[in-house]
Amino acid sequence: MVTRRRQPSRAELRRARMQQAIDFPLDWLEERSGLVGGVKYFLFRNVPGDTNWMQTLGSATLTAFLVQATTGVILAMFYQPTPHDAYSSIQNITDHVTLGWLVRGMHKWGASVFIILMFLHMGRVFLFGAYKYPRELNWVLGVLLLTMGMAEGFTGYLLPWDQTAYWASVVGINLNGTAPFLGPWLAQFLRGGQDIGAETLTRFYSLHMLIIPGAIFALIGLHLYLVIRLGVTSPPWSKQAAGMETDEAPNDLRVGLTRPAARGAGGSE
Amino acid sequence: MHEPSPTLWPIGFAIGVAVLLVGLIVDPVLLGSIGGAIAIVFGALWARDATSELRGRPVAIEPERRQPAAAHAVAPGRERFPRSKFLEGTTLGVGAVITGLVAVPAGGFALLPPFLGQKRHKVDLGPLTEFAEGQWYIATFMVDPSEGEVSRRTAFLRNNGNVTIGKSQVPSFTIISNHCAHLGCPVQANGPSGAILGLKTLTETTKNGKVTLLPVVPAGFGCPCHGGQYDTEGNRTAGPPVRALDRYSFEVDNGRLVLLSTYSVSHVDGTGAQAKIHKYKETGPGEHVDGVEQILYPLNPPHH
Repeated sequence: MVTRRRQPSRAELRRARMQQAIDFPLDWLEERSGLVGGVKYFLFRNVPGDTNWMQTLGSATLTAFLVQATTGVILAMFYQPTPHDAYSSIQNITDHVTLGWLVRGMHKWGASVFIILMFLHMGRVFLFGAYKYPRELNWVLGVLLLTMGMAEGFTGYLLPWDQTAYWASVVGINLNGTAPFLGPWLAQFLRGGQDIGAETLTRFYSLHMLIIPGAIFALIGLHLYLVIRLGVTSPPWSKQAAGMETDEAPNDLRVGLTRPAARGAGGSE
Repeated sequence: MHEPSPTLWPIGFAIGVAVLLVGLIVDPVLLGSIGGAIAIVFGALWARDATSELRGRPVAIEPERRQPAAAHAVAPGRERFPRSKFLEGTTLGVGAVITGLVAVPAGGFALLPPFLGQKRHKVDLGPLTEFAEGQWYIATFMVDPSEGEVSRRTAFLRNNGNVTIGKSQVPSFTIISNHCAHLGCPVQANGPSGAILGLKTLTETTKNGKVTLLPVVPAGFGCPCHGGQYDTEGNRTAGPPVRALDRYSFEVDNGRLVLLSTYSVSHVDGTGAQAKIHKYKETGPGEHVDGVEQILYPLNPPHH
């Protein structure tokens, strides 16, 4: 019997050409930036086989923060941080701006979701023992993130500038003021002067939407860097080693991104 | 890995676009179409060239013909003042100077204003004749009308009548701030006020905006936030406050009652004109002014 190489069909040729058209820009980008490989390194990591739903709480917290960031940017387009206009601009957002009630509601309730998820995530890390060597530093970063999140809650609470907001901030700032030694200085810095007023509102606005979110973004970057570098912990009941690396040689960077990893390249077999 | 092969087609394409743009002004039909044609032809050649790899054509790459640069002959460890060290030092040094030049004013701007130039305004509450002797009033006024309603403050005050100091008769007032000595919430008068007493609220406009004087008969003062209670001299009687209520100092100017600044009080002995007030410099709510705890607050920020 004579075996002859089968000619590829038209459909197979078309698929191969389409694959090539997808690969070309990706290869172009990869050759000049290494971004394709970077994204793959970030997303396609080895994790223990028995990871748990509890281990999605960190991603959930990140999602909650991104919702806050997005809705906050939109609210900033309509909000006026002055004693005269703050409350009426909030009323305008709630009552008149298209879907403003929804975006403000997402931001307001999302704030609580963000804080609650941070605590749940922290509880998971604690109960799984995921703060132990070599991940102590990531626990420290997490505590800083928690502090920043609470500071976001505190500064954001003043912005509607109603009676609750005003007096809660008076009490909150004076609580800081009772800290020994530097407390009175911290309180005066937060007020922007001797008494709560217009300066307090603008400075809380700046802290709430520029300084603290910037710090949170930076801390999240470091937090994720350590997660990727150190790998995901196995649950305490796991029989597997944590964050185990395989001996496989690095394969084609595109595998798994634009091609299914198990099937042959181009799908011609 | 390969270098993109050098090509002249983009230059022709650019010339075509330039001619087209000039042509649109000078002569759209003739010059414009010539420019367009040049741009299309060279653009097509450029696109053909750029996609040759995608279309599976081999790419001709010229071999590298340059000679490798001769290594600069410096024996390692021989240089007394290595250039790399010098450049490293100057980079760090100049960087530090620039950082300082930026950070000092920016940091100062961010941190100092709350502590500098804090103004204390005088508050004109109106003629002395308005304040009936022995009657308590809840006075509201704007500390700084240019800031608007956000600067409105409240004080509880009572005309104690005249007292004799030396040979002269001096008016005496008890003027208590409504800022709770716990955490600064607004203290309320415990007792009936205004219409229920059959008394009218007095209002007048001074340079401190609309001043209102609401007559009240307080049995004491109480805070709605955390339940701090005070007697009518401002002494703490219950709850979390750490000292008595702050008071306003005052002067009489042209027969008008003028509030000056606030000061803190640990406690008050006696009542009314005979009260002995234990005064301290103004401190924030929740700060101890006497007792052991005062060592926790050795230095307060400048107030005015």
